[in-house]
Order: sequence, then structure tokens, then C-alpha cells
Amino acid sequence: MANDINMIFQIAGIGIVVAMLHTVLKQMGKEEYAHWVTLIGFIVVLFIVISILDDLFHKIRGVFLFRS
Amino acid sequence: MAIEVMQITGLGLIATFLILILQEQKPAFALAVTVIVGSVIFIFLIDPIQEIFQLLNKLASDANINVVYVETILKIIGIAYIAEFGAQITKDAGQGAIASKIELAGKIIILGLAIPILKVIIETVLNLLPA
Repeated sequence: MANDINMIFQIAGIGIVVAMLHTVLKQMGKEEYAHWVTLIGFIVVLFIVISILDDLFHKIRGVFLFRS
Repeated sequence: MAIEVMQITGLGLIATFLILILQEQKPAFALAVTVIVGSVIFIFLIDPIQEIFQLLNKLASDANINVVYVETILKIIGIAYIAEFGAQITKDAGQGAIASKIELAGKIIILGLAIPILKVIIETVLNLLPA
């Protein structure tokens, strides 16, 4: 449960750091790197989201849909 | 397991502020935080729901009600919740069209699950009618 709440802060932190990196890289004139950083950050976040969604759906299945 | 309403409210408020900050920088990350918060709150709630359902099942078996009916109702509640969850998040992301399709799918699947019960009701009514 505490782990789940940590995930929220993790994702918010990743988002802020990625936004910062994006700005810095853009200022340095490296547009391509900035886009790659954003993309990779987004994939990492998506991975976390999917793992927790999987957990949620398994629990819903266990409670509501019994053993189907 | 004592679940404090304060904890959940605080979690929601903190998440809202985080999303407000993230929304300006990276809207996609804000959406991810929304999904996570929704999931975490429901994972919080899953234990009391399970207790309530166990009570319902026990009552139903004590009253000699066919287990299939109770099971169908619980399944319908679960499908309604999942469809609502997806539809709300999609709508928040600005895709109202996809949200209404998810809701439509939920409704049709629920109708499909309810068909056996509807059949039993119609047969009962037909039996009541004098021939």
C-alpha cells in the first residue's frame, strides 16, 4: 500500500525531471536528445502505470468476477 | 484493516496538486498520475468491498437464493465499475468519443449477462398467467 503511494510521487518526480531536462537540452540546442529523453521517460512511466493497472484488474477480478 | 477516510482524502489532494504542476509541463505524465491515483484508491477500498460481498454471499446462501443470481449481480457491478473507470479517465484526457464507446460496451456486456435472469422472470410471469 505504501509502495503504491510511492509510485505516485515517483511518476510526478519523473515528470518534473523530464520536463527540466527537456528545457535544458532545448536551451543547449539539442532538440533531438530532448525528444528522446521525453519519449524514454514516458515509456518508463507507462510501464509503472501498466503494472499497477494489472494489479487493480486482478483484484477486481478476484472480488467481483470470482474465478472467471 | 482500518481505512482512514483522511488518508484517502489527503492522497487525493496531494495528487491533485502534483497534477496541477505537471499539467503545464507534460500533460501525458499528469494523465499517468491520474490513472495511478484512481487505482491506488480502489486498491485501498478492495478489502472492505470483499468483506461486504462475503456477507452478501452468506446472506444469500442462508436465504436459499440461487447462487447464480447473486454472482451475476456482483459481476455486473464489477463490469460497471471497470467501464466507468476507463470512461472517466478517457474523458479526462479529452477523448469524449472513446469514453462513450467504452460506456456502450459496458452496457451491452451487462445486458448480455442479465439475459438469463430476464428469461427466468419472463417464464415466471408466463406461468402465472392463466392458460
